[in-house]
Amino acid sequence: MKAVMEIKKLTVDFGGLRAVDHLDLEVKEREILALIGPNGAGKTTLFNCITGIYAPSEGSMSISPPGKKPGTINGLKPNIVTRKGITRTFQNIRLFPNMTVLENVMIGRHCRTRARIAGAVFRGRATVREEQATVEYSYHILEKTGIAQYVNEFAGNLPYGAQRLLEIARALATEPFILLLDEPAAGMNPQETGVLDDLISKIREEEKIAILLIEHDMRLVMSISDRIAVMDYGKKIAEGTPEEIRNNPVVIKAYLGEEFVA
Amino acid sequence: MQKKSEIKKSLLVSLWFMFLTFPIMVIRVNPVEKLVEWRWRNMVIVGVGSFVLSFVWRYMLRQKEAGLKRIYAGGRYKIPSIQRVSEDRRLFIPLLAVLSVFVVIFPFIFSAYQVNIMTTALMYVVLGLGLNIVVGLAGLLDLGYVAFYAVGAYTYGLLNHHFGLGFWAVLPAGAFMGALFGILLGFPVLRLRGDYLAIVTLGFGEIIRLVLENWNDLSFGPSGIANIDRPSFFGMQLSLQSATVYIYFLMITLALFTVFVVNRLQNSRIGRAWIALREDEIACQAMGIDKTKTKLSAFALGATWAGMMGVFFAAKTTFINPASFTFLESAIILSIVVLGGMGSIAGVIIGAFVLILLPEYLRAFSDYRMLMFGAILVIMMVFRPQGIISNVRRTYKFEGINVPGEKNK
Amino acid sequence: MEYFVQLFMGGLTRGSIYALIALGYTMVYGIIELINFAHGEIYMIGAFTALIIASVLTLHGFNEIAIFVLASLAAVIYSSAYGFTIEKIAYKPLRHAPRLSPLISAIGMSIFLQNYVLLAQTSDFLPFPGLIPEFGFMKKYEHISSSAELMIFLTTAVVMVILTCVIKFTKIGKAMRATAQDRKMAMLVGVDINRIISITFIIGSALAAVGGVLIASHIGQINFYIGFIVGIKAFTAAVLGGIGSIPGAVLGGFILGWTESFATGYVSSDYEDVFAFALLVLILIFRPAGLLGKSGSQKV
Ligand SMILES: Nc1ncnc2c1ncn2[C@@H]1O[C@H](COP(=O)(O)OP(=O)(O)OP(=O)(O)O)[C@@H](O)[C@H]1O
Ligand SMILES: [Mg+2]
Repeated sequence: MKAVMEIKKLTVDFGGLRAVDHLDLEVKEREILALIGPNGAGKTTLFNCITGIYAPSEGSMSISPPGKKPGTINGLKPNIVTRKGITRTFQNIRLFPNMTVLENVMIGRHCRTRARIAGAVFRGRATVREEQATVEYSYHILEKTGIAQYVNEFAGNLPYGAQRLLEIARALATEPFILLLDEPAAGMNPQETGVLDDLISKIREEEKIAILLIEHDMRLVMSISDRIAVMDYGKKIAEGTPEEIRNNPVVIKAYLGEEFVA
Repeated sequence: MQKKSEIKKSLLVSLWFMFLTFPIMVIRVNPVEKLVEWRWRNMVIVGVGSFVLSFVWRYMLRQKEAGLKRIYAGGRYKIPSIQRVSEDRRLFIPLLAVLSVFVVIFPFIFSAYQVNIMTTALMYVVLGLGLNIVVGLAGLLDLGYVAFYAVGAYTYGLLNHHFGLGFWAVLPAGAFMGALFGILLGFPVLRLRGDYLAIVTLGFGEIIRLVLENWNDLSFGPSGIANIDRPSFFGMQLSLQSATVYIYFLMITLALFTVFVVNRLQNSRIGRAWIALREDEIACQAMGIDKTKTKLSAFALGATWAGMMGVFFAAKTTFINPASFTFLESAIILSIVVLGGMGSIAGVIIGAFVLILLPEYLRAFSDYRMLMFGAILVIMMVFRPQGIISNVRRTYKFEGINVPGEKNK
Repeated sequence: MEYFVQLFMGGLTRGSIYALIALGYTMVYGIIELINFAHGEIYMIGAFTALIIASVLTLHGFNEIAIFVLASLAAVIYSSAYGFTIEKIAYKPLRHAPRLSPLISAIGMSIFLQNYVLLAQTSDFLPFPGLIPEFGFMKKYEHISSSAELMIFLTTAVVMVILTCVIKFTKIGKAMRATAQDRKMAMLVGVDINRIISITFIIGSALAAVGGVLIASHIGQINFYIGFIVGIKAFTAAVLGGIGSIPGAVLGGFILGWTESFATGYVSSDYEDVFAFALLVLILIFRPAGLLGKSGSQKV
């Protein structure tokens, strides 16, 4: 299958600390690629780098969105990266707590809509129509992610699990071709994790997008990923199918040690 | 037992404040005549006052904490009664009708003095709503708001003085100049962190005032510009009496216009982007919103309103000088926004009326006006950061599902 | 040349004062990331306290040195007490609030304190006694500098050295540095954050009081509003040097002092305050991290 994102020799330094170290990674069309590794391995830093929040000190990142021309995303501002079709969720939830759930998702539509100040004041036909479409689209996503019952609640008042889902809903609203999920199951109970598992598979099926997933919950990772990449100290130490990773001695040593050897 | 320790706490607080305020409250020196006045009565006042207030303070802190716990436990905010009134049409429409009638007959039943005060209060409503876009919606702490007000006022003052241009011609020009200055200042500084923005805007406000004070060739220095024309009525100059009434109605129109615009903006694509920016800058960018552009639009739009009101101010008072545009003016407008409720239109209106009319009508307050404003900023932040009326967001109805927000209407 | 030296010394004096006050901003910012707008008012209150105490003592016929020492001491004690109290009232309840909240609270506190002094004392300028003694040996250099200027510079230098030692070598200093670097981490290893924050406010306020007494007796008059402008300028100095950095605050203070001194001396004195503000705007635009500051990226 075709690769939609190619990362080559990506390196991120924080002063003396090398958080990501010459990392190569390919994300293929419509796959679920899990990124695992011990705490501090540099997974979130990789996301921050892809989404333009940090600048890499070395390396290249290029994308080839389906149906659009390929290009690099090095040095693009976060909002441009999002507009190009890569969206993320945050490990430590970053919703807009004093906006309603629906509005949170509507923010995701921002980069796909056009109304400006004049439009907002005069409310011409085009603006009204666009606004209507935004509301409907956003509500539809809420239904899809299973949190439509909270539509008018403030995001900050939602239960924890629902906040994680809202992060995903908000990201989906930007119509990405790659969705980056940073530990979506963190803090969820087994039942919520089950729901999340279904949701992620469903997103891949229905939206036809690639998903890059950081996750510590091994059961979730093993059950839904097509491929797994393992990071340790900023480097990629292994890559393969869940089966291969499960049996890879390097991985077991670096990461799965405590849980799987015994 | 509990009570005893509470009293002890308050006693300690009281003692501490008596110590703290001793030199400044009790002793007054007159170094010229070498006199010292001892005002022991003040010490008693401070002692008793802080004793009582410390109870209130702790009680309110506890209340706030309890409130937070309720929210975390999944409970709902209690919607304040004013808000409920504005949402209930059966109550709201008659109320609005009564209010409109009052507004219309007001200048004919009250003296010119009262009408002037009301006009001033309305000006602050508009200024507050303008600043509300910047601070309340976009979360940019602009402490130099008065600079744009000054820009507007001097635009009219100068154009009127040199070229005899009238109010109506300059009103859009003033708004434009406000926006222009907003963009000029905003462009470089809006990339900065929020707290730096506060201090840069503060500095900018002072620069504008100092330039107006010192650049005599341009601004006529501290003596300012006098005899600025009042707004004309279809080309006619009105008598002072009718001009007051005319200006009052102009102001009403401007205020309604502002409410209309801000209300529409608040629930638009741009307005949502502003609020998202206030809530979380990084998440906002990650959702595809251009941070700089969005900030700039809020900042410039706020400045536009200040510029417009500056023109109005110059036309109303017919005299301007740099002394009208000090930091305190920015502080007053900020207090209005903070007291009323950041992001809330009704809140800002109420805030403006309370803060402008109260000191006007209660003379006892007027001496303590600025003291009160300062205290309001602190107290509101500590106990009720959302203001008198917290910002309500629009709710949407959808068929087929049971939307909890709809039930309790 | 003589004029140049005179301006240089003038700048050094101003710079010393800015540095003393800037330290308070920088230390507080380093620890709780708050621009303490009320810091300028602390300085003003220090000056007022010194004036009041000095006047009372003068009436009771104390000698000059005793007045100087006692008035300064009172200023330091009271400013510290105000700093401590302000933190408890206006900032501590807002430790976990959104960033805008403590900032607004700080502005409120600043306005409140100004008007508190205005109402309790007077809005007029009060003549401030020349507390700093005249040194005989300075007579020779009268044309370029004065005893007061020398005294201000020396005091500042001594205070800086003491402060540096406190921060470098004492346990409290270490805890302060730890807190500034990573508050959560410091808490985990057993640093009492509330205490460290209080101490920071107390030290910063004491420095501001020293600055207040020195500059007031140099200039010779004070009113309730002096803290506002000086506060912004000292903040400028702190930003110039790199906010959070202690040597930066000192460096920034001197640079700002000289800039103002030379600009008013050679260009125009009408725009004295404009230079400082313009400098502030320029630094923030071109080097927001300041001269000695680190431009760290925010963790996401
Ligand atoms: N802005 C920053 N400045 C300095 N160091 C940073 C920054 N962001 C991350 N780091 C460091 O980079 C390393 C990698 O961090 P990162 O957050 O990417 O790890 P992670 O793999 O996501 O871990 P976890 O599973 O705990 O989320 C860590 O040592 C972290 O402290
Ligand atoms: Mg992480």
